[in-house]
Amino acid sequence: MAQMKFMCDAERCIECNGCVTACKNANEVEWGIQRRRVVTLDDGEPTEVSISVACMHCDDAPCMAVCPTDCFYKTDDGIVLHDKDLCIGCGYCLYACPFGAPQFPQQNAFGERGKMDKCTFCAGGPAETREEEYQKYGANRISEGKLPLCAEMCSTKALLAGDAQTVADIFRQRVVQRGHPDGAWSGNPRADADNLAYDATHQG
Amino acid sequence: MFVSHAWPGLWRMAALALVLLVGLGVTQPALAQADPDREAATAVGGVSPETWRQVRSGETGPNFRDSRAESTYNLVNASGETWRQLRNRWVSPFGLIAIGGMLVVIALFYVIVGRKDLSAPRTGRKLLRWPLVVRAIHWTVATLFIVLALTGLNLLYGKFVFRPLFGDAVWAGMISASKVAHNYLGPLFGILLIVLLARVLKHNWPKKHDLEWFKKGGGMVGKAHVDAGFANGGEKVWFWLLATVGIVVIASGFVLDFPNYGQGRDTMQWANIIHAVGALGLTAVALGHIYIGTIGSEGSLEGMATGYVDETWARDHHNLWYEEVKDQAIPEERLAAGGQPSGGSEEPTPRSG
Repeated sequence: MAQMKFMCDAERCIECNGCVTACKNANEVEWGIQRRRVVTLDDGEPTEVSISVACMHCDDAPCMAVCPTDCFYKTDDGIVLHDKDLCIGCGYCLYACPFGAPQFPQQNAFGERGKMDKCTFCAGGPAETREEEYQKYGANRISEGKLPLCAEMCSTKALLAGDAQTVADIFRQRVVQRGHPDGAWSGNPRADADNLAYDATHQG
Repeated sequence: MFVSHAWPGLWRMAALALVLLVGLGVTQPALAQADPDREAATAVGGVSPETWRQVRSGETGPNFRDSRAESTYNLVNASGETWRQLRNRWVSPFGLIAIGGMLVVIALFYVIVGRKDLSAPRTGRKLLRWPLVVRAIHWTVATLFIVLALTGLNLLYGKFVFRPLFGDAVWAGMISASKVAHNYLGPLFGILLIVLLARVLKHNWPKKHDLEWFKKGGGMVGKAHVDAGFANGGEKVWFWLLATVGIVVIASGFVLDFPNYGQGRDTMQWANIIHAVGALGLTAVALGHIYIGTIGSEGSLEGMATGYVDETWARDHHNLWYEEVKDQAIPEERLAAGGQPSGGSEEPTPRSG
């Protein structure tokens, strides 16, 4: 079985927010919720870099580990989904999530959180009918053999979605081609010294 | 001329093909020989360690942008994993040990030592101990405490027990009701507990004889005679636990209950840990309080139930208080006849502690 993963190539991300818009449009998420966000570090500096972030569908998902209702589950494709009928809006998944993926519609009394909403890797969620599924969780493109719309529509192909191995291969090939000294964008001095990507280009 | 006239399209195609071939011949090797150092020099500079420190700190710097509206979240939630480990590895198992251990200790104590009986027959003369207003607040607070403890325990442990036991449909309603009850009754409990603490504060100032009381273990075991005023050492400890830990639990509960005041994710992580540790601890101690107040010692429950205690009970447990108020004892018959309003507004002689 495939292990679905997102990967954002920060070298290519141009902060156009197309993924954000594509996601909102594909899933028709409710007002105030934005499943994907684009984060820019060092904005306006020479080192400025942007990256698109949403649920990363972790292998050892912290949200699953702390949920008091146990409403999360992992599909065979490694996609982390949740059951909104079980969600009580306690916010624990948000406390634990490394990526700030879970969001809550704050529309009830005293700021009480509504049912959590997050990226589903365009894989919908548990529901009786397709209409109910779309209304609660948004599109189920995976069931139609399609990948998440955010990645499919990314104009620079910075955002990749798909089987972890395939995504990793594409990214590795890119790094080899462009010969970035540290392989990605961490600025790790040790990676610079090893310069693995540089050697790789010479090996052809 | 003839040829070019006859086949203009062919010439153009040939020329185009030549250009493409030449172009490929030139560009292909150029691509293959791209200088990695130059590529790297024009690539993203690499975010500085300073920026990574900023990311890990949880705070967002002035050059941080997030396309999400009103987002205060940094790129990575560095403290999330700490919170997860604290909650799942420490709070959860040790809470169970504290409460389960307390139940075992109480059960063993009851089996081995048994109920603390009155040392002499009842005299039939009653002393007012808890006025109606105190009893009303106490039982409201007690009921709310039990509801909050059960719903809180359900939020922490329920998924291991009730979901597999009852299935999703029942579990969904159960856990949802738990959360709503916990969130809405919590503030009510908080306010009433503070009222109750303020009302009984005068009985709970520490006194010298309390030290002696602790040295003798409160006289719970054996026939040791220990001095105690209106409240004994144990009751004072329970009071001050509620007045300190209880207030912390209430305050952290408010932080968690009202996420609409802009408190950050990190604040709520800590509020959650503090709330859980405090509440689990208080629940464990409360089991002791409930035991002593009900089956643990003869004649205690009637004080909080009717407001009056027997003279013998007062002499056994609160001898200093008894000495002060013994002349105000009322015969049982007069109470039953309604001679005295059920628990006047003020208990007698609040001087003693």
